Amino acid sequence: MSLVDLSNVVKRFGALTVLDEASLKVEQGEIVAIIGRSGSGKSTLLRCINGLEPIQAGRIVVDGTVVNEPGTDLRALRQRVGIVFQSFNLFPHLSVERNITLAPRVVKHVPNAEARELARVALRKVGLEDKIDAWPDQLSGGQQQRVAIARSLAMSPHLMLFDEITSALDPELVGEVLKVLEEMAREGMTMMLVTHEMGFARRVAHRVVFMHKGKVWEQGPAAQTLAKPNTPELETFLSAVLH
Amino acid sequence: MIRDLSYIDVLYLIAAMRWTLALTAIAFLGGGIVGIVIALLRTANWPPMRWLGALYVHGVQGTPLLAWLFVFFFGLSIFGITVSPWIAAAAAYSIYAGAFLGEIWRGCLQAIAKTQWEAGASLGLSTAQQLRYVIVPQAVRIAIPPTVGFLVQLIKNTSLAAVIGFVELTREGQLTTATTFRPFTVYLIVAALYFALCFPLTRLSRRLEGRLHVAR
Repeated sequence: MSLVDLSNVVKRFGALTVLDEASLKVEQGEIVAIIGRSGSGKSTLLRCINGLEPIQAGRIVVDGTVVNEPGTDLRALRQRVGIVFQSFNLFPHLSVERNITLAPRVVKHVPNAEARELARVALRKVGLEDKIDAWPDQLSGGQQQRVAIARSLAMSPHLMLFDEITSALDPELVGEVLKVLEEMAREGMTMMLVTHEMGFARRVAHRVVFMHKGKVWEQGPAAQTLAKPNTPELETFLSAVLH
Repeated sequence: MIRDLSYIDVLYLIAAMRWTLALTAIAFLGGGIVGIVIALLRTANWPPMRWLGALYVHGVQGTPLLAWLFVFFFGLSIFGITVSPWIAAAAAYSIYAGAFLGEIWRGCLQAIAKTQWEAGASLGLSTAQQLRYVIVPQAVRIAIPPTVGFLVQLIKNTSLAAVIGFVELTREGQLTTATTFRPFTVYLIVAALYFALCFPLTRLSRRLEGRLHVAR
């Protein structure tokens, strides 16, 4: 069974249909890059997977849990599905350590000392162990985003979602964040990432998914799909982003 | 009988400040409890709860505090319910302060970005946990200056409780004027005493405001 299975998902914001019968499967250990124009529904698709956005029709199954059923324990699901946002969304009133340990302490009842160790391990993975006692506003954008990744990793998720996580960063800070993702890829983490970094998608992703008009328009092995698109829409998109 | 204004009268005025302070404390405590409920109602997801909160706020903000004092102290006695001035004042001031504090705190809760709620939710925190660990700690910081500002208003508005028999600072001033016939001096002293209570708070509020521009 696929780790993520979306079938015919429809999402509307009022009269606007953002996802129009979108279907997508992601297997354990797979790295999927989702690309497309702004407004094509790629961020919304990601946000539906951990239940941040309710859907109007279709079915979403993640890690054995049907996400869009009224009785679904979304809190339990979200402990297994990490998400990192474009705008970092660190908690500004908490130190780096507390940012990372809040959910383990409060949700999983991990004791304080153990939680600090958890934070240390997570920070080591993103190369920021020395920042454990820093505050978010003392960090650069790239560092904040790496702390946000560490915060998700500390929950030991089965699946990580990345929503344009380098889009708000200065160009020279993008590399350090992508390096962390590559490291996670090597460790076998299942990842879905909405991204504009085509070079990164080609290099790291197993599969590229092109979204257009709320649908999964075209998908296939990363290098092949990016080099030889089947649909004119993807071709147009690629020529626009790759110049 | 008219007698001269002496330092004893000043001491009486200072002593009357304790009622002003006691009333302020009761109003702030009661209003704080009501205010928390109102702020939560006003920010609830379920529309009827928001309507209820709005109804309360608009109702109370659109009526004079004096009217509430009269309702509780004189109004209830018509139905044979005897209410002590303390109970009446506590009820009226809690209702009044609750509406204003509720609105202040609602604004502070709503000033915290929606993405902070989302970040909490995405980590598996319940709504109550998001409030407690993520939203409220940030909201409290921005709430301190306007809350202290309202507290200053409250101190001055406790003078209205004189109408139901409290001999607080303003009422004591009236009584002193009646026996000494020195209104100018007496009311200047009364004003100075209010100033002595309010000014440090205003300063404190300013300082906190300056300091809280940083996130923590």
